[in-house]
Amino acid sequence: MNTVVSSRPTGGLGDGATDPLLSVRGLSKTFPIRGGILNRVTGSVRAVTDVSFDVAAGETLAVVGESGCGKTTTGRCILRLIEPTAGSVTFDGVDLLSLRGAALRAMRRHIQLVFQDPYASLNPRMTIGDTVKEGLTIHKLAEGAAADRRVQSLMEEVGLRREWATRYPHEFSGGQRQRVGIARALAVEPKFIVLDEPVSALDVSVQAQVINLLQDLQRDRGLTYLFIAHDLGVVEHLATRVVVMYLGRIVEMATADVLFSEPIMPYTQALLSAIPLPDPLAPRDRIVLDGDPPSPADPPSGCVFHPRCFHPDKDVACTQVIPPLEEKGPGHWAACIKQPAGTSDFFLPAAALRSRRTAVSPAT
Amino acid sequence: MTAPAITTPMPAPTPVRATVVQVMQRDTRAIVGMVLIIALVGAAIFAPLLTSYDPTAIDLGQQLLRPSRLHWLGTDIQGRDILARLLFGARISLSVGLGAQTLALLVGGTLGLASGFYGRWVDELVMRIADVTLAFPTLLLLIAMVAAFQPSITVVTITIGIVGWAGVARLVRGQVMVVRGLEYVQAARAPGGSDVRILLRHVLPAVTAPLVIVGTLGIAAAIMAESSLSFLGLGVQPPTPSWGGMIADARDLSQLRRAPWTSVAPGLTIGCAVLAFNLLGDALRDATDPRQLTRRLARQTQP
Repeated sequence: MNTVVSSRPTGGLGDGATDPLLSVRGLSKTFPIRGGILNRVTGSVRAVTDVSFDVAAGETLAVVGESGCGKTTTGRCILRLIEPTAGSVTFDGVDLLSLRGAALRAMRRHIQLVFQDPYASLNPRMTIGDTVKEGLTIHKLAEGAAADRRVQSLMEEVGLRREWATRYPHEFSGGQRQRVGIARALAVEPKFIVLDEPVSALDVSVQAQVINLLQDLQRDRGLTYLFIAHDLGVVEHLATRVVVMYLGRIVEMATADVLFSEPIMPYTQALLSAIPLPDPLAPRDRIVLDGDPPSPADPPSGCVFHPRCFHPDKDVACTQVIPPLEEKGPGHWAACIKQPAGTSDFFLPAAALRSRRTAVSPAT
Repeated sequence: MTAPAITTPMPAPTPVRATVVQVMQRDTRAIVGMVLIIALVGAAIFAPLLTSYDPTAIDLGQQLLRPSRLHWLGTDIQGRDILARLLFGARISLSVGLGAQTLALLVGGTLGLASGFYGRWVDELVMRIADVTLAFPTLLLLIAMVAAFQPSITVVTITIGIVGWAGVARLVRGQVMVVRGLEYVQAARAPGGSDVRILLRHVLPAVTAPLVIVGTLGIAAAIMAESSLSFLGLGVQPPTPSWGGMIADARDLSQLRRAPWTSVAPGLTIGCAVLAFNLLGDALRDATDPRQLTRRLARQTQP
């Protein structure tokens, strides 16, 4: 299967202004399911299917979606921590998936990852200074006393005291540990950082501090972020553009402004309606979807969202045709065969979404 | 500075390493085990200073003497001083025990690391060989291997070490498979760490505690194996004294009846040595059990 996206010329999926720093095309990852006494492959989970997007230098592309939609797998495939099954990843003109051995390890310097869980991602037996220093040593960026000075300045840059370098992770709070994780990523001076839900394990008050730190670092160092998240409030604050994923596929992609004000896809609308409002008494209408996300081991035919979709025009075609990701408006991509391209007259304009009083009854 | 330095770190709990030592100090088993091991090692090192008798000097006029002030543990059928033979025999038993276990840890540890870390066919291959090794009756395997070469202390050490690798490899593999999935090991890969670096700096430190424990318990097993081989005449060859060989020399019925000290003394010595390492190993295992640590810490911090 080849969607319209995959056959399009490159460059169409970014912000359109510049050549992309990172370009992902047709990325897929299938995990085998093994079973039976002979441990044979009895099926497969399509964690990521035909994902394509561009990230321009200096922007923050957010990837959102519920648990299990393939956000994290996408991020790890870009870093080659998970080997993709198909597709291509081009970074700064280099085809990442063709790299092997030493060339791959050298390339890893330019793309770093900040992990979701600041407790599991730091080696409990290493001081945080050694953790931050490891990248410097691997890439021979600094040695001896110079390396120690670099570690100290990195720690101060992320808001940690330099004297803490000799302490162990268990002596720190979650927010402080996440700062260590950020310092570790910065140590090798990457251009691009994949942030894998960097604040979702933190307290709300600490989240804001870490988000501000990430923004400051992006401004000071000219970093490019791929920000994986499920908290749309954080995304709205941080992202330049947003990719919405559902069951391993991109369902919608637009600039943050457009996505939050005029979401096309029913799924995106449902996601946006779930953003908590600060005022508990504010009138609001949640779009509550029927059922659970289908199993990625046995995805629905046609549009993967059709069993839960409440679009008024939903019909039998939705169960048969896999909707291509098409540009419906300028820079606004969506995968829905019921939305005509080039019109602003979208079903359920989202501007009305948060203030509407009548409940949307999900289609059955 | 792009962000304000926030609150100071949480108060540091006592480092875990110190706590393990603390727990061990309160454990009678650990103390008894350590005292016995120090005594045995001391006996082996200072054997020539502790006795004036030559352990190999045959004196047919002094056969099977009862324990006395001259011969504290009596003499054997060839008139040799039993205490002297035990002291010098400790050298053999301990060096074979330590040497064999070091070999088992090296071989088993390396293969276990590779097996658990790389999985797939490496794992299959290593684990099937381990299965075969473990499926063999140990003593039979030892006998077969020693019989294929000339019995000597080197052959015995290597043989016992090679037989012992499989258990170590299995244990290490299991631990590594847990550690491999931890996020900080993934995190070490992201900045471009090589496999060797990740294994040595991130995986190995996480499996050392169980390694130390099986290593200690394994020494006891290796001492037993050495004694068994010597008893069967396949270990260190006479006249070099070895504990198992001493029991073999004393095993005929009339000697057992008329001169029981010839077999009881080496038997008790083997028992003590094995017990010492087992006690220490058990105490180590309990002391490094995190649940145990928390419980003891809680007890300590109670007002």
